Amino acid sequence: MITPAVVLFYAAAALTIGGGLVVVMSRNIVYAALALLVSLMGVAGVFLLAFAEFLALVQVLIYSGAVVIVFLFALMLTRIEDFSRLTDHRQWPVAAIIAVSVFALLAAAIARTSVRTEPDRQSVGLSEFGETLFAEWAVPFEVASLVLLVALIGAVVLVRRDGGRD
Amino acid sequence: MELAHFQVLSAALFCIGLYGVLARRSAVLVLMSIELMLNAVNINLVGYAAFVEASEAHRALGQVLVVFVITVAAAELALAMAIILRLYRNRSSVNVDEIDLMRW
Repeated sequence: MITPAVVLFYAAAALTIGGGLVVVMSRNIVYAALALLVSLMGVAGVFLLAFAEFLALVQVLIYSGAVVIVFLFALMLTRIEDFSRLTDHRQWPVAAIIAVSVFALLAAAIARTSVRTEPDRQSVGLSEFGETLFAEWAVPFEVASLVLLVALIGAVVLVRRDGGRD
Repeated sequence: MELAHFQVLSAALFCIGLYGVLARRSAVLVLMSIELMLNAVNINLVGYAAFVEASEAHRALGQVLVVFVITVAAAELALAMAIILRLYRNRSSVNVDEIDLMRW
């Protein structure tokens, strides 16, 4: 049945898949970074259609606000003309075959598995989400913050000019 | 709309990312492809959270997991970027084929 939600879902999915294809096909790495942004915004649209409003917001903030900017900074800090002459690996047909066969496998698995689902989407309230995150998952949440801290310090140590030797 | 939509979209995005990881030679592009694969996982988790029958207490579980995936993805991205910049400085190349120091 074609409902507006389905149409919107297909639009978001087209954005996601199209952006993803440009990311893996494009010769120009800046285009790839911008296509990554398009693809991730498509993912945010899919989140919205699954009633995950908060996650859609987080997706937009983190991916467009941080991840793509980090990629663009990395391109700026390493010489950009180096990237454009880096073509794809000459084994790319093998990679394509592997990717297509993994997709076929996953599609077959999806078709064969029956999950007990509700007839339609159901929203998870933000308060419910917060309660689960901060009550039941409080310890993993703290560990995640520690992971971020370690990654932050590690990144700073790694990129220092003297290599953190001094 | 049903769960299968989300699952197929997730599988397709994951395979696009897989192709990118295997075929691309620039380390930054490989990283972007990994980012696509992580987002494919997130789509799957959100889809399950929206459609699968669950008790009230466990309904938000899928979305909570997405938060953790995003966190770990951000940490991974920061470290990977640092490693790429370091590699570029030491070897003035980001071609993953040339980084074969630990190759057997």
